[in-house]
Amino acid sequence: MRAKQIFYLLLREAGIGLALILMVIAFSAAAPRFASMANVTNILTQISINTVISVGMTFVILLGGIDLSVGSVLALATIVGGMIITNENLSPGTAILLSVLGSALTGCLCGVFNGVVCERWKIHSFIVTLGMLNIARGAALQISNSRTISEFPDAFNDVGAATIFGVPVIFLIALAVVLAGRFILARTVFGRMIYAIGNNEEAVRLSGHDPSVYKVVAFIVCGGMVGVAAIIYMMRLNIASPILGVGFELNAIAAVVIGGTSMSGGKGSMIGTLLGASIMGVLNNGLLLLGMGDFARQMVTGLIIVVAVIIDKYRAQAFLRSSYELAPAPPREEPHLRDTGPGPRV
Amino acid sequence: MVDLGNAAPPDIIEFQGTTKRFPGVLALDRVDLAIHRGEVHVLAGQNGAGKSTLVKLLCGLYDADEGAILLEGKPYAPRSTVAAIRAGIRIVYQEFNLLPYLTVAENIFFERLPRRAGLVDFTRLFREAEAMLAQVGLTISPRARVETLGVAQMQLLEIAKALSTQSKVLILDEPTATLTPPEIQRLFGIIARLKARGVTVLYISHRLQELFEVGDRITVLRNGRKVETLAARDASIPRLVRLMVGKELGEEYPFHPESEIGAEILRVEELQPRGKPHAVSFALRRGELVGVAGLVGSGRTELVRALFGADAKESGRIYRDGSEVSIRRPRDAVRHGICLLTEDRKAQGLILAMPCYANVTITDLRRVSHAGLLQDSAERSATQKLVDDLDIKTPSVDQLVANLSGGNQQKVVLAKWLFRRSEVLIFDEPTRGIDVGARFEIYQLLWRLAAAGKGILIVSSDLPELMGICHRILVFSNGRITGDLPRTGFSQERILSGAYQEYVHGKPQAGSTAGTGPA
Repeated sequence: MRAKQIFYLLLREAGIGLALILMVIAFSAAAPRFASMANVTNILTQISINTVISVGMTFVILLGGIDLSVGSVLALATIVGGMIITNENLSPGTAILLSVLGSALTGCLCGVFNGVVCERWKIHSFIVTLGMLNIARGAALQISNSRTISEFPDAFNDVGAATIFGVPVIFLIALAVVLAGRFILARTVFGRMIYAIGNNEEAVRLSGHDPSVYKVVAFIVCGGMVGVAAIIYMMRLNIASPILGVGFELNAIAAVVIGGTSMSGGKGSMIGTLLGASIMGVLNNGLLLLGMGDFARQMVTGLIIVVAVIIDKYRAQAFLRSSYELAPAPPREEPHLRDTGPGPRV
Repeated sequence: MVDLGNAAPPDIIEFQGTTKRFPGVLALDRVDLAIHRGEVHVLAGQNGAGKSTLVKLLCGLYDADEGAILLEGKPYAPRSTVAAIRAGIRIVYQEFNLLPYLTVAENIFFERLPRRAGLVDFTRLFREAEAMLAQVGLTISPRARVETLGVAQMQLLEIAKALSTQSKVLILDEPTATLTPPEIQRLFGIIARLKARGVTVLYISHRLQELFEVGDRITVLRNGRKVETLAARDASIPRLVRLMVGKELGEEYPFHPESEIGAEILRVEELQPRGKPHAVSFALRRGELVGVAGLVGSGRTELVRALFGADAKESGRIYRDGSEVSIRRPRDAVRHGICLLTEDRKAQGLILAMPCYANVTITDLRRVSHAGLLQDSAERSATQKLVDDLDIKTPSVDQLVANLSGGNQQKVVLAKWLFRRSEVLIFDEPTRGIDVGARFEIYQLLWRLAAAGKGILIVSSDLPELMGICHRILVFSNGRITGDLPRTGFSQERILSGAYQEYVHGKPQAGSTAGTGPA
């Protein structure tokens, strides 16, 4: 009985991690260079940005929403950050600090727009953020005059290239973001409300809460995460450009979904999202090392997303079974009246 | 619609030693049961007795672990619901399976819309739908969209849908849960007509009075075993209850009048829910249990929802402990100590996929958190206290609410409002779908709350229940209060005449159950 429970729990909790491990083993065997230090560093660098965006996206998707604007907002945030950081009137230290704040704030403001419009007029976030996708992209092109900004302070660029024992600093930043997200979801009132609303918004409303507030905050958090991702992007590539980030929203959604978060909300975890982003990164890198071309890799990635969701269906069943097995009492009615006092008429 | 072959065996369905196991539960234990052709066979028993499992075996939702099922003498083991329907077995569930944005006709014939040249033949569709509706006595247009129907009409529509295929066996699961007495009578008329046509009816209900009226034979199940099958005319309520519970139950609804009626805790003046034609006024005192009686669709639910701020209202003033309060959202009501336990626990009261403690503490997370951080131990201990206090049967406070029984789920809903220290508790159909034993526990809790000085308002369609447990009953009729009866003035006749008053003397207006209402 216990062993069976553990099996189901493993399938339920570790399913996605197991897939990642198998994938790593397979690629290591097939492509010798895959497991090299340099390549691992490379993968960790590559997945950092998507991971940070996906953390924000997880909040929104847990509420049953979606944010399609993250790629464009990322571009806009790099432009704002890039313009501040290259301002010659500021000392490098101040410029970096203001740039970071500027990017994050830009992301948050876009999140405010997304959240408020969705909740004030009760429009599905798909449409609102589709609008924001265009607004932010247009704004980025407008204020940058569609030019790329470069030549950032060295101290800033150095962070993007720095590693500690082979682990890129920007990945550590991403990891910190994931852990913070996990903490918020698991331990705070805000996190509890996210899950509750994602599961049953009406019950939450009738419990005396205003779900709209939490939804708006989730969009702001998502925007803020995009701002952070924008900083990381600038650190890594040392440019700010109005045309970058195209398609990032799809990568983030894919990472979240592969990580086991339900598109209808209420179910999912940050660690899952990290694993989801890792799977996408490992897959992309591994296939490249095996000599697969861009187009073929895109097809495989797409296929993996679909397969991941199918597997998730089975995991959901395993989840049901494991909670079933774990429940000592049968899921049915209580036994009969315990007191022999006067009974009801029926 | 059914051919009654003379050579056919007398038993249309036979269970032979049927056993069904779930992990940890023996849901059906070697059940032998024969259903005669053309009879109305009632399945009685507490929740969890095995009624649903038995029915689900027939509908192809489960496979039996042991034993056999014979349909007209031949082994029957449907692999799917479609197979069951093909074999002539249809079920009408307690929950509706209707498509709200399609027309009545499309819903009836959804599985096989009449076609002409590959397109839907609407002329024929509506004509045939009309005939099906007439069969169940529904006078609604087949072109009406289902979302515009009342609950009772939907119930009858479900039956019409079930009859649209050549059903030999019709299973009705709690068909009267949402119906008013005249609608129930109407349903019984339909059942009698079906019977006359040779359709076998399997009938499940918690309301025992009905069973004698509608049934030919009654089978009582208990803990997955068949206790006895008896002719309806030989049965009595005490006997049935004894068989279901396994022991004698005493007096019906023992009223506990200990609670002292205190000061006015809630006053409602001229409250008019949005979209309703009338405004109502009433008051509730501390320690008082006030029932709200009335036909389904008489505006009772709309009233309490507007009072709680769940739905908008046109006008009205609400006073709490004598001072006027503004309630525009549920949040306002909760702040003023008013709570609503909705009729639909699963959809509106609980977050099924979350554990007990999360469901309980959600009404007041500030009490179990510090600077926005949840205090795990505080949450658990506060919940455990309520679980003990209300005697909620759950292995732990971590158990998902989805895994609890209906009665215990209802107690969790109550626990979450007690956690918030609510003073005015409004219950909408608190015992709907809850079995005998658990009901009694809920009543005892209500009395305890009243004795503790809370004000309690109970909307219920179960008249004996209201008469058994309340100090006072407000009678609703078509959006108006037509009676305010003290306990000494309770009588079924008075309450019913009040409930029909606005329908008899005037035309039923918006919000009434036109079409199935008492004409």
